[in-house]
Amino acid sequence: MQFGVFSVSDITRDPVSGETPTEAERIDGILKIAVKAEEVGLDVFAIGEHHNPPFFSSSPTTLLSHISALTERLVVSTATTLITTNDPVRIAEEYAMLQHLSGGRMDLMLGRGNTAPVYPWFGQDIRQGLPLALEHYNLLHRLWREDVVDWEGEFRTPLQGFTSTPRPLDDVPPFVWHGSIRTPEIAEQAAFYGNGYFANHIFWPTSHSKRLVDFYRQRFEHYGHGTRKQAVVGLGGHAYIAKRSQDAVDEFRPYFNEAPVYGHGPSLEEFTKGTPLSVGSPQEVIDKTLTFHDAFGDYQRQMFLIDHAGMPLKMVLNQLDLLGEEVVPVLRKELAARRDSESADAPTHAGLVRAKYGDAPARQPRPNANRGDNTAGDMPYQDDES
Amino acid sequence: MTVQQRQPEGAQPFRVVVVNGGTSDPSSTRMLADRIADRVRTLAEDRDEKVATDVIDLRELATEISTALVSQLMGPKMTRAIELLGRADAVVAGAPVYKAAPSGLFSSFFHVLDNDLLIAKPVVLAATAGTARHALVVDDQMRSLFAYLRTMTVPTSVFAATEDWNSKELGERITRAAIEVLLLMESGFAEKVRSESWKSYQHEYGSAGGTELDIDLSTDLMRLATGGSAKPNRKT
Repeated sequence: MQFGVFSVSDITRDPVSGETPTEAERIDGILKIAVKAEEVGLDVFAIGEHHNPPFFSSSPTTLLSHISALTERLVVSTATTLITTNDPVRIAEEYAMLQHLSGGRMDLMLGRGNTAPVYPWFGQDIRQGLPLALEHYNLLHRLWREDVVDWEGEFRTPLQGFTSTPRPLDDVPPFVWHGSIRTPEIAEQAAFYGNGYFANHIFWPTSHSKRLVDFYRQRFEHYGHGTRKQAVVGLGGHAYIAKRSQDAVDEFRPYFNEAPVYGHGPSLEEFTKGTPLSVGSPQEVIDKTLTFHDAFGDYQRQMFLIDHAGMPLKMVLNQLDLLGEEVVPVLRKELAARRDSESADAPTHAGLVRAKYGDAPARQPRPNANRGDNTAGDMPYQDDES
Repeated sequence: MTVQQRQPEGAQPFRVVVVNGGTSDPSSTRMLADRIADRVRTLAEDRDEKVATDVIDLRELATEISTALVSQLMGPKMTRAIELLGRADAVVAGAPVYKAAPSGLFSSFFHVLDNDLLIAKPVVLAATAGTARHALVVDDQMRSLFAYLRTMTVPTSVFAATEDWNSKELGERITRAAIEVLLLMESGFAEKVRSESWKSYQHEYGSAGGTELDIDLSTDLMRLATGGSAKPNRKT
């Protein structure tokens, strides 16, 4: 079981101080948050992808490779990588590069995003959002698994004998989560390929997220990747913690009330009752998080949103202290005690290497000289069978 | 007159749900809607049929409706209202007219419902106003909203301005609308549409108040999800 934090990278005015951080301050702050996440014993840090103010994270692999260089154990990931408007060839290349630089301490979550105007900025049509996502992943999947790809589809220029470089670390593709809140096709694609499925699990009640998680588990088994319990499930969550329950409510309320997306809507109390948000003492957050396990069974990754809505850096770092010191250790213990031995392990590069090679050495592709012509010339790598 | 019984022996009573947009107490909109629902019940009883009536007073849902408008969160009262409407055999929808339109509270409630929650359900439209000059609000404005929701609105809409409460024609219109909605319930039209043609309407996963959970695995998109090709008819 992995625990982590994910950020959408919003640069929001602090409603209490009235200050809006600069982009430079916020980017520097996110590095401190990621480093702190490792210090307090969390496993994962993930960042969103946006291409408009007030967000900074347009280039997640650049940020994440830097974070991986600042850390030793932390897995860096995304929430989400836009599989619709990015060229899957660039995703294949950039994330394989990140995989090498981080020593395999990375994975990625694919999603369609929530910003409609982003489609035309990248020459795409939002009405085709779902087929774009599905087709792009089909290509991405092959680019990481086949040294030479011939490909033709509806949404991208065809590829003739294309090799995505670098090849994945140890020739093991990065682990992929497919993120979706209400689209059965995405859950089906995750199941078909035996990839992970991530339910954002923030704005909707648990019962809503559970439907597609259950569907994904059933289809994962259908496609022969293992039993339902061996399917790889990740969940979002949303918390604000203080030593005393009432302090948590008092401190968080001004940020909640002004938050992008749900601010000026439901009350903090209504939202806490109706969604996975927990605001309270460490024990209250632990109790609520354990209800996720009651609903979903064993799962592999729990991410928390603790950094948004203009919360100042100090407040976020304090959240990380409480999460790392008082909440997550108890959750680890409780969930380990409940865990079925049949359930999947959390995905790691080491685990994927073991699954592919056992005790044998991993493939280390060595290119032939003077490449660029995969259609008529030699195969691109010395160990390719031509 | 021979009375023909259409509700099978031992069947559940017809479930009529009143949606009341009136906000005062007593509310003339609520009175009008209740009159209609009550007339449906007495007409049904004459035919040895039973009617069970539930009322959704939108006043009590006002904050949850506004929350639902600006976020995706449905509060407990909205959830109950959606359950009632999903199970309803017919709806009596009553709005007060504000500024020459059905009240914002009333319209907003229907705006946040799933598009497929009320498909083919018989609906009596009713409105109240301070002046007869608003009489066409029901047929001009409310009827189009309910057409969008693909409900089966009855031919007679019921409008009551202040002076109508003194007129016996109002009672006659109420009876006419009540008979119309009762006949539609007896015909089982909504149920038949649901069983024979439900799939031909557009649905989203989890729509129809969270009951639409079938997943069709044989679509083009599902083929694409599982490594197949996109259909080459892209429209740009």
